[in-house]
Amino acid sequence: MESRSRQFKANTLAALSNPGLQQNMRQAKGKFVDKRAKSIRELDDFDGTRTAAAAIRNRVLDNLDLWLEKFEASASARGATVLWAKDADEICRHVVDIARRHEVKKTVKSKSMLSEEAGLNLALEAAGIQPVETDLGEYILQINNNEAPSHIIAPVVHKSLDEVADLFEKVHGTPRKTEITALTREAREVLRSHFLTADMGISGGNFLVAETGSVALVTNEGNGRMVTTLPRVHVVITGIEKVIPTLEDLSTLMRLLPRSATGQSISNYVSVLTGTQAAGDLDGPEHLYYILVDNGRADLIGSEFQDMLRCIRCGACMNHCPVYQTIGGHAYGWVYPGPMGAVLTPLYTGLENALDLPHAATLCNQCGVVCPVKIPLPELLRKLREKQVERGLRPQGERRAFKFWARLAASPTLYALAAWFGVRYLKQLAGGRKTITSFSLVPEWMLGRDFPAPEGKTFRELYAERGEKK
Amino acid sequence: MTTRDDILGRVRARLNRTDANAATGRIAIDTLLVARPQGPRPQVDPEKSALVARLIEKSLAQSSTVDRVATLAEAPAAVAKYLRDNSLPLQAVIWPQMGQLDWLAAGVAVAARGAVDADLVGITGCFCAIAETGTLMLCGAPDAPASVSLLPETHIAIVPASRIVPGMEDGFALARAELGQLPRAINFISGPSRTGDIEQTIVLGAHGPYRVHLILLEGQ
Ligand code: SF4
Repeated sequence: MESRSRQFKANTLAALSNPGLQQNMRQAKGKFVDKRAKSIRELDDFDGTRTAAAAIRNRVLDNLDLWLEKFEASASARGATVLWAKDADEICRHVVDIARRHEVKKTVKSKSMLSEEAGLNLALEAAGIQPVETDLGEYILQINNNEAPSHIIAPVVHKSLDEVADLFEKVHGTPRKTEITALTREAREVLRSHFLTADMGISGGNFLVAETGSVALVTNEGNGRMVTTLPRVHVVITGIEKVIPTLEDLSTLMRLLPRSATGQSISNYVSVLTGTQAAGDLDGPEHLYYILVDNGRADLIGSEFQDMLRCIRCGACMNHCPVYQTIGGHAYGWVYPGPMGAVLTPLYTGLENALDLPHAATLCNQCGVVCPVKIPLPELLRKLREKQVERGLRPQGERRAFKFWARLAASPTLYALAAWFGVRYLKQLAGGRKTITSFSLVPEWMLGRDFPAPEGKTFRELYAERGEKK
Repeated sequence: MTTRDDILGRVRARLNRTDANAATGRIAIDTLLVARPQGPRPQVDPEKSALVARLIEKSLAQSSTVDRVATLAEAPAAVAKYLRDNSLPLQAVIWPQMGQLDWLAAGVAVAARGAVDADLVGITGCFCAIAETGTLMLCGAPDAPASVSLLPETHIAIVPASRIVPGMEDGFALARAELGQLPRAINFISGPSRTGDIEQTIVLGAHGPYRVHLILLEGQ
């Protein structure tokens, strides 16, 4: 997928001035947060489980080459073909090759973020192979001109019921339905016929189990099961970092993933799939392929950003992020939004292509607190900001402003003087109100933000006065 | 250079891999795969009646329904009653391994095979059930095809009480002990299929069953 992260500021302005989006985001927000808070209380030792989960992920990342070899050997022993892809192009090439080899005309897809990274649907269409997204959210996006998802778990969180109703009426040519159950039923019927006639299923993989060479798929809708049960061919596309050692580790991670994602104790379906159809089996694919993808991951191993590879794609960080909740997922401009996206996008697409993202955070650490694998997201964002400065990527004006500020801060007299003027000026600007809502020096910054008005004295003045009183 | 060598080569370089530390690393991996350490687990009372009670409580929380009978022989009548009570057809696709029960006497017409689109009711057994979360663990086999619990709108699962285990770890341990290698498909099922994609409102019956009904065999 082409990155639009360079236009972050413009994307943000558009999001802020879109009342429909703002309304939809407000509606979704509480649901995820409340449900998660309730469900983690079911665990006697939630924090200990997080520590264990982080350790599982670190154990693999610290020896990733060996664990990948282990997974490859186990999966091959069960009849799977393990392929490797360096980038988006190679993912697409592999999938198209596999499709041609098995004379595939139609492929049904369960949600795969890697497929989004690769822009796979367009490549399949160009090769004359019909891709059908089967996750309800992803399906809605696909029939809306391949719109991008705005959340990794709830891809259409930015859309209202009305918008979906309009879309189904237009695309399906059926009478307009206004009930969510009726719309879901309609999608079920349309997609059922695709499941039954597709030659190939494409899925992501929540985890790859090294011990058994299995892929674990987690879904609520059952589409993950459909695409891996009915078609003749199954292709799993995952990042190389998705390996975990054992089924016991899967059990631990499954206590965290659904709770962090949707606040469920467990997702409806967890499938552990190993190898191809066995003799006598009445279903399951005859051919199974794994495409293990680098696309920027290998170079993070051993780096100061390795922690990010622990991510299990639960979405909790965005559900709890005040910035994401205000601007929505599309503003981030690439596949991954929210705090995890603000770290991953510059790392995977280039620092210079996503300059604003590491700054799209208040560093309030809500994300770090909820992350089930304890990724220190604010710290990683801060490191990315440092990298930008080191590589001279920040704009002239900002660099000058910081130099100026540094000089000011280094001189107590100058600093006191500037602060003295500053608070008085801002007080006047507020004109008696408690907050300043517009400021001509930084008009864009003030859009969507209020600034508390100073009372008229600096900290030093107040401190000095207090001393006198004593 | 192949892509595999390129990717693994870069990972190795970044980890300062040498032959010596690769050898110790592989030993550590093999040791870990034998030891299989577990993470913290919520307390689940392993006593049989407690497991039954918890499975029922959690299954209901997952929007499944539960009926209890004493033995397997009583299952067909319980299935028939459920189907009648819910105005569902007395006709079902069934796992071949459950086909030999006396379905005829109960008035349910069963077809022992994999499911097709037209099947409205699917009857399965289960490999075991997990009390912690109210979850069925189904292991695919020629006489236990995965499609039966997936394609029909109604899924009825017959669950012997002796096959209820506390957690997912115990289900995997049972699979290792009884099956040797893992079957092609293990499916953990927790209630009817659902989606919350439109306005985060939960709707049951996304792509899989609308209804999941457990028939618990308390004496087995
Ligand atoms: S960074 Fe953490 S919270 Fe965010 S998606 Fe990844 S695992 Fe979840």
